[in-house]
Amino acid sequence: MSNEISKFTDPGLPEHVHRRADSDPKAAKRAEQQVAILFLLSAAGTVLTIYAYIFMKSNTFIFLPVLGDTNAQQLALGVGLALSLFFIGMAAVHWAKTLMPDTEVIAERHEFRSEDVDRADFVATVKEQGGSAGLGRRTLIKRTMGLSLGLLGLAPLVLLRDLGPMPKKYFNTTDWKSGTRLVTDPGDRPIKPEDLEVGAVAQVLPELTSGTERTLENIGKDAVLLIRLRPEDFNLDAERLSWTHEGIIAFSKICSHMGCAVALYEQQTKHLLCPCHQSTFDVTRAAKVIFGPAARPLPQLAITVDADGFLVAQKPFTEPIGPSFWERSS
Amino acid sequence: MKHLSRYRRHRFAAPALILAALFTLGTTFSLASALPNKAHMEATSQSTLVSEGKQIFARGCSSCHGLNAEGGTIAPSLIGVGAASVDFQVGTGRMPMADMSQQAMRKKPLYNEQETAALAAYVASLAPGPASVTNEQLTWERDGNVAQGGQLFRTNCAMCHNFAAQGGALTLGKYAPSLMGSEPKQIYEAMITGPQSMPVFADKTITPAEKLSIIKWIKAAQSEPSLGGAALGRVGPVTEGLLVWTLGLGLLVGVAVWLASKAR
Amino acid sequence: MSVKDRAVGGLANYVDERTGAAKWLKKNLTKVFPDHWSFMLGEIALYSFIILLLTGTFLTFWFDPSQREVIYNGNYAPLSQVHMSAAYASTLRISFEVRGGLLMRQIHHWAALIFMAAIVVHLLRVFFTGAFRKPREFNWLIGVGLLTLGIVEGFLGYSLPDDLLSGTGIRIAEAILQAIPVVGSYLAFFAFGGPFPGTAFIPRIYTVHVLLLPGIFLGLITIHLMLVWYQKHTQYPGPGRTEKNVVGYPLMPVYMAKAGGFFFIVFGVTAFLGAVASINPIWLYGPYTPGQISAGSQPDWYMGWLDGLVRMSPPLETHAFGHTISWNILIPGLILPGILFTGMALYPFIESWMTGDKREHHLLDRPRNAPNRTALGVMSLTFMIISLINGGNDVIATHFHLTINQIMWFTRFGLFLLPPIAFVVTKRICLSLQRADRELVLHGRETGRLLMLPHGEFVEVHEPISPEKAWTLTQHLQPEALTVAPDDLNGVRNPAGLKGKIRARFSMAHAEQIAAPTAKEKNEIEGGHH
Repeated sequence: MSNEISKFTDPGLPEHVHRRADSDPKAAKRAEQQVAILFLLSAAGTVLTIYAYIFMKSNTFIFLPVLGDTNAQQLALGVGLALSLFFIGMAAVHWAKTLMPDTEVIAERHEFRSEDVDRADFVATVKEQGGSAGLGRRTLIKRTMGLSLGLLGLAPLVLLRDLGPMPKKYFNTTDWKSGTRLVTDPGDRPIKPEDLEVGAVAQVLPELTSGTERTLENIGKDAVLLIRLRPEDFNLDAERLSWTHEGIIAFSKICSHMGCAVALYEQQTKHLLCPCHQSTFDVTRAAKVIFGPAARPLPQLAITVDADGFLVAQKPFTEPIGPSFWERSS
Repeated sequence: MKHLSRYRRHRFAAPALILAALFTLGTTFSLASALPNKAHMEATSQSTLVSEGKQIFARGCSSCHGLNAEGGTIAPSLIGVGAASVDFQVGTGRMPMADMSQQAMRKKPLYNEQETAALAAYVASLAPGPASVTNEQLTWERDGNVAQGGQLFRTNCAMCHNFAAQGGALTLGKYAPSLMGSEPKQIYEAMITGPQSMPVFADKTITPAEKLSIIKWIKAAQSEPSLGGAALGRVGPVTEGLLVWTLGLGLLVGVAVWLASKAR
Repeated sequence: MSVKDRAVGGLANYVDERTGAAKWLKKNLTKVFPDHWSFMLGEIALYSFIILLLTGTFLTFWFDPSQREVIYNGNYAPLSQVHMSAAYASTLRISFEVRGGLLMRQIHHWAALIFMAAIVVHLLRVFFTGAFRKPREFNWLIGVGLLTLGIVEGFLGYSLPDDLLSGTGIRIAEAILQAIPVVGSYLAFFAFGGPFPGTAFIPRIYTVHVLLLPGIFLGLITIHLMLVWYQKHTQYPGPGRTEKNVVGYPLMPVYMAKAGGFFFIVFGVTAFLGAVASINPIWLYGPYTPGQISAGSQPDWYMGWLDGLVRMSPPLETHAFGHTISWNILIPGLILPGILFTGMALYPFIESWMTGDKREHHLLDRPRNAPNRTALGVMSLTFMIISLINGGNDVIATHFHLTINQIMWFTRFGLFLLPPIAFVVTKRICLSLQRADRELVLHGRETGRLLMLPHGEFVEVHEPISPEKAWTLTQHLQPEALTVAPDDLNGVRNPAGLKGKIRARFSMAHAEQIAAPTAKEKNEIEGGHH
């Protein structure tokens, strides 16, 4: 291009402009004092930190604008440390800027590419040394080496196998059995239908059989949300309607998208919202997804009452709960 | 008696005696009449309260909720919602609604305590419903367990109202409000009545004792001091990220500009 | 010779006789570093890393990486007698019973956020100035690696306390593992040592967080810095600055004092944040249990864009032959980030292929002089910011009286519409700036002073710019579009084929520019004036 030819000329590095401190001893003295003050401020910060650590009570609160009632010790420790560090830095930089030599220097660069002679030598060396090993000729060695190295790569993978057990049918099952009572979470109290008025919700878990303890793994699979609507609000097919009891409907609380607890129930719209990714489920239509990234409704738990009038599961969940996985069939 | 009789001729003796007699008579009468007739008196005041409430209702509420609180096209029936619901909705200023927005907002109450009580009495007289409570009735300070309240809050409330009761978003512009200014009775009434989007938390699933624990935890959250400095709204990592990109990086880049500039 | 001099000389002699370091040090202590504020961004990241090592070590003295269940009986009353993991309880202990523990936790977390933010702005500086070009492609790759690992390291770090918020994050990570076709449920079981949440995960990620990844970081950062050292720093164009030199201050003492001082300043600012602003108040979140959740559960900002993408994903799942593929997780959670980061890593090679430019570059581009690259950068940034906005849509909704649905739909469309618009607009802006530069060089600076000519016309006085400025504005090499030989008349295809045509098309887009003014043009204009 033409501009290559008639480029502007590089005027070269501009002349060095001296700082005041370079020529004026007073300015230099002033800069020196400023640096010293910055160092002293840092020292004061450290003293504050040590004072706060040793002498301040950990339960003293002071009221400050913006911060509110603030823990005085934590604040003093932190502000002291911040000042001590910050001012050391400021002092060093100010020193460098005002008193250390500020003439710009020029260093030459070299090209990274090696000389052609060196490159040729390198290639020759590799060929010669590699050739003396005979890798090109001895194909048997080459192949068996490839095999052994390849197999060795598998070893760590195999060694990691015992990280955990096989999942087997774990993702397909929960602790809900036919006749398992629904109990409150927390509290573990069984619930009767009349305990819930229209518009009420309850977080429930399966009743523990005696001698067992509830683990987080159990909760992560078994958590269920119970909601009572007016029976006429439902828009369900006959089968799903038979899974409800007097307007009470039960869903797995574990989101069918990524497993968060879905429990934001809006009583008026009868929508359930997941706070993680905002999938919205319509309770009246068996938790059909009406918004957001979830692709499947929340699994519905069939419920009824037992002889004592307590709410129980009619049967286990008919599909796996929680997020999808490869072996899931629907 | 000798002692007393000395004053018999005193010039204030007669009026004093009459006053004493009147006082005794009055006290005795009021004691005698008050005990058996307390119920009667309350019924009278209750019925005036109801009629007073009916009048306020006719003026302030009936245009939306119907003349007899039977509901209309834009507002639900209030028959059977109970005094608790009225006390909550009117007492927090949510009702009457200023405009037909997505949801009623908390604002300065329009009616004073007396008027609110009258409205509540009127609505309660229509059909039985959850009764209103007073802050004094809720002995949360004595009977609540703050840690248990926290557990209950996180299981039942935090999903909408956020981990620190700061409120959160619901669908289509609705939101769960912040509980930072809520009084104990409002929290209690909200749980038993389920106002607007909020579901009902029945007494059998969350017992009244547990509700006191929840209140105690919320009160603790309201007065939670800044243990680690500015609370940043207590809404999680979003405001933390914002602060890092503004104040944090702003300060550092500012210093870097100073550092790389040439001293004069 | 004073005593001091003799002592120093003696030490130097001792070391040199055993290492031969004098020669190397003599050369390198006078090493030249150009001075510019934007060259400090990478240093912010480096220093944050050191702060992370220091504060992190402090935290390990008390942190108990175990998911064994304990009953809390520490100072924080609202959690008294609550069942929780030892990890959570020990984090509470660090916060409330170890003096300065909360401060260290907060400095550690703020430093992590600054670390990631500094990496991102450093990356943007390198991208927009073209500093990744030959011979610095390796360092670009290492940088992308550090960014990626930083995201992982940060996520693992805030997952350690086992609080309700981070537990929710782990739950989501498990769902992503579970969604991987064929091996997903096995991977999830192996990672968690069985069912979620189990008791194995936090001890395992602890080792990764405090040993494995920091080790890799140290290695990569060392190579990164050694390459910067060896290749010498790039510099901004200006008078006296060429492709063959580097102009700046010597390492000893100026740069050492400045860089060393800056470390303390970064540490000070981070400590200040740790002192005055609460971060990750785990005692408010409560211990993790899968049945609980909080409104507004988001990750830290550097994962926010990922969460935003997942949130806006359409509800796509395929069920066939008894198997399920969750596109709604795989696309936003793995495939899209994979494409984005691979594209980012390969960009230096892509650009060099597009432009056919195989030369070394040590002078930085002014972003306006590479309109296509700048536009691509702004486009990618727009994409990320839109995703990030959706990652905080619930908080934005409540604070700005919007609805999460509106924000979600805005970002769903915006993700596809706004980045191309950003590209076009940025490119036009760059070209306009080039035009303005040309004006400035040829006609000088507008002074605002009016001058009446003898015949009554008013003209504004233009002041010619300095030769230094003129050089800075015109020194850049303007790329030329690659030409592709057309198919010949007999219909014989050009051997470069379709690939060649695509390349030529890209090259043309990359070479779009306003011709830089030449000295000749300037002379002609000036000749005309006088």
